[in-house]
This record gives sequence, C-alpha cells and structure tokens, in this order.
Amino acid sequence: MRYALLAYSNIDAREQRTEEEQRRITAGIAEVLARPNVTGWLRLRDIDSATTVRHQQGKTLLTDGPFVDSKDFLGGFIVVEADNLDGALAVADELQEVQRAGAIEVRPVLEEPLTGA
Amino acid sequence: MLEQVFRDEWGRVVASLVGFLGDIELAEDAAQEAFATAAERWPRDGAPANPTGWLITTARNRAIDRIRRERALAAKTEQLKRELRQGSEEAMEAAATFPDERLELIFTCCHPALAVDAQVGLTLRTLGGLSTDEIARAFLVPFETMSKRLTRAKHKIRDAGIPFAVPPDHLLPERLDAVLAVVYLIFNEGWGGGRVDLSSEAIRLGRSMIELMPDEAEAHALLALMLINHARTAARFRDGELVLLDDQDRSLWDDHGIEEGRRLLDRALRLHGGGPYVIQAAIADLHLREPRDWEEIAVLYQKLEHLTGSPVVTMNRAIAIAELEGPEEGLALLDRLALDDYRYYHSTRADLLGRLGRDDDARAAYTRALELTQPGPEQRFLEGRLAGLSVNAGQPTSRLW
Repeated sequence: MRYALLAYSNIDAREQRTEEEQRRITAGIAEVLARPNVTGWLRLRDIDSATTVRHQQGKTLLTDGPFVDSKDFLGGFIVVEADNLDGALAVADELQEVQRAGAIEVRPVLEEPLTGA
Repeated sequence: MLEQVFRDEWGRVVASLVGFLGDIELAEDAAQEAFATAAERWPRDGAPANPTGWLITTARNRAIDRIRRERALAAKTEQLKRELRQGSEEAMEAAATFPDERLELIFTCCHPALAVDAQVGLTLRTLGGLSTDEIARAFLVPFETMSKRLTRAKHKIRDAGIPFAVPPDHLLPERLDAVLAVVYLIFNEGWGGGRVDLSSEAIRLGRSMIELMPDEAEAHALLALMLINHARTAARFRDGELVLLDDQDRSLWDDHGIEEGRRLLDRALRLHGGGPYVIQAAIADLHLREPRDWEEIAVLYQKLEHLTGSPVVTMNRAIAIAELEGPEEGLALLDRLALDDYRYYHSTRADLLGRLGRDDDARAAYTRALELTQPGPEQRFLEGRLAGLSVNAGQPTSRLW
C-alpha cells in the first residue's frame, strides 16, 4: 500500500531552533527520505509564499497566505510504500524523532482510478 | 445451549474469516449467516462433530457466494477463487485444522491508530460476540452512535491497512499493553457501574488472552486482578446499596474465584512478571487478607507509581499512607495531585477531611465528588456519607468497595 505522510511543522518551534539544530534536523530528515520505501517527497516553501485560490460568485478570489491560518503548517509531503499501516507509522515515527516539533498525519493513498463523465 | 456455543465460537469464527477475507465487515456478515444457518439446522439435524470447523466452512462458502454475486467486488473474487481452488476439496474435513486467529484479530481491534472507545466496542463485538445493541446499552450510548463508531472503525482498518497480525517483537510490548488496557477498561466499566455482564465479558476475554499468550506474565496478572476483584461482586451490594470492603460479608465472596486469581498471580510471578498488572493483582490480593498489610500495600503502590507515573496511583498510595501515618499525611500527598475531574479523588479527600473533623471542607469535597458521579449506588453512597458527616465524625472508612 502507498501512504502519504503529511509533515506539519510549527512556526514557534522552528524559530527557536539554532542553525546548528536546524542543520542536524535537515540531515536526519534526508537520511529517512533516502530509505528505499520512501518513493517520493516534496518539501514546501514557507507559508509566507502561499497563495490560496477560491471561487466566489463566478469570480476568482485570491488570498495571500495559506488556506488554514495556524501556527502549524504543512511543511512537506512524503510518499511511503508499506505492507500495512505499521510500516508507514514507523517512517513517520522516525521523522518525528528527528523533527520533534509538529506532527505527521498518515493517510492511505486512494488508489482507485479516477473515473467520471 | 446453542447460544452458549455461539458465544464461545463467535470470536474464533470471525477471526478466521477476517484472516480469509481481509475485511471485518464481510467477515461479520458471513459469520452471522453461518450462525443463523446453524440455529436453524443444528436443533433439527444435530450439531456437527466439529462445530467451529462447520461454522467457519459454512461462513466462508457464504462469503464466497456473496462476493460472486456482487460485481463491485469482482477483483476480490479472482483472488478468492485462487484460494478456493486450494481449499475447496478438503474444506469440510480440513475444518479441524483452521488455525486460531483470534490473537491477530485482537491486535487489529486494539490497534492504537483507532480511538480507544472504538477499540473497546470492536473487541466486544468481534471477539466477545456482543451485539451492537448490547454494547450500546452497556456504554449508555444510543444504538446509532455505537453502530457508527463500529462501522467507522471497521472502515478505517480496511482503508488504512491496519494489519491483521501479531505485531513484530519491537512493537509487541506496547501493543500488548494496549490490548490489556482495553480488556481492563471493559472490566472496570462493568465494575464501577456494577454492570457484572461487562466484567464477566472482560474475564472471558482475559481467559482467551492467557490461552493465546501462555507465557505473557501481564496477561496472567490482568486475569488474576479481574478475578480477585470480581470474586467480591456478590458482597459489594446489599439491597442495591454499596457495601465497603471492610463491611462486606466475606461468606459471600467467591472463594474459587479468589483461589484461581491467586494461582494466576503465582504463575505471573513465576514468569518473572513485575509489570503494572502483576503489582495491581498483588495489591488486590493483599486487600482481601486480614489484617490488611498497609505497609506492603504502600510499597507496591510506590512501585506502581514509578512504573506508570499515574496520579491515580499516587492517590491510592495516599490512602495507604493515611492508614499508616494518619489522615494529615495522606491529605498532604493528595493535595499535590491534579485530579480535579476524578470523582474518587474528591471522595477520598472528603473521607480524610471528615476523619480530621474538617466537616466544611469534607462537605465541599463530597459535593464535588457528587457532581462527577452518575445516578446510582455510588451516588447514593456519597449522599449518605455527606448527610452523615457530623454524625460519623472520626469513623474511619476506605473508598474500597
């Protein structure tokens, strides 16, 4: 099965880190992402760079910033191949051990083909 | 008679079907059909020589028929056909060799990715064989709520790929803790509310646990703990009112239950158990002995405190300390605890305050405990204590009942 790991970070926790700590965390994350069962990943730029698109009354409405305005933000997106949930949780747990702040939401990937009219 | 067989076999049959079908919902439906067929045929034709095997085989066949009928599950049928080819000839006679897969099932149902109330409900449904309606009534929630909770959990197991397997060694200790916690939670739900049915159900599950994990000290200790407490059931209520441990009629205690509990505790100790359930079972046992060895009880609670870090354990140690060193010492320990939402914390404080003659403080504490207590014997008991405060001043009691 494939699982998406949605890695959430926390603004306050990140601001409190020293450069040295941040380097260590980045290196730790890189190590986990190099595992063979990690089949893909994306790191996201800061939420300051986010633009949110809505459609209201036939018009496009853009807002500066993320959809959910919170101290917690989606920092990255990792795809893991695992036999079952425990396999995906193990990767998430390793990442959390490195990252310490924030949390990781583990979601099974919907593999059914997208069919429609 | 038939009902008893059904209750005993349900867990094995469902577990085997989950292993075969990979889906709890399908497994339950198939099991239900097989049991219905059995209910119709067995009284007429006599029960088969191997009821478990018969039920599993029949349920498997029903499931396959049904899957074939449902085109949406075409892919699954292919897989099943392949498995069937290997199994069909010997299906009926191989019945005796179906492996017991209840252990896999309980680890699935108690997987920590499920909410605890869902774990509890699922365990009672799939392994205990209770109906959704029975579980809803036991936990005082509407049928629809319980039904939704169970359905959601079953779907999550399927969609998120929660494994149907005994966890690997590195995960086993924590996963086993989760399983035992669910069983003990079911027991306590029955114990606190006096719903003996749930306590008995937890004991049945506890028995399965030691059958499935004969070398697990904590599983033995949990069953010991439940049996020792359960043995006092008949003495805990008189005319519907709570009776404290010290006032209980010991002739009403179930000696066989206590004996069995002690044997299991010995077995746990021989397995080098020293976990939280071993300690709790040892404490439960000490409470039954006269005179009570409060010193040993306090020591064991301290050990348990180190293991669990739970403030509830510290509270219980405070009760022992109050017996050994006096109510002031007990209170001093209680005042450090953040247990404002725990009814026994307030009833314990109230009791110690009452013993010190601090009636106003005791009254406030009883009132707070009452706010947190459901209507029933516990509530009436506390009301009685509150009303009798000035009358019974200085008379020692314990919260144990």
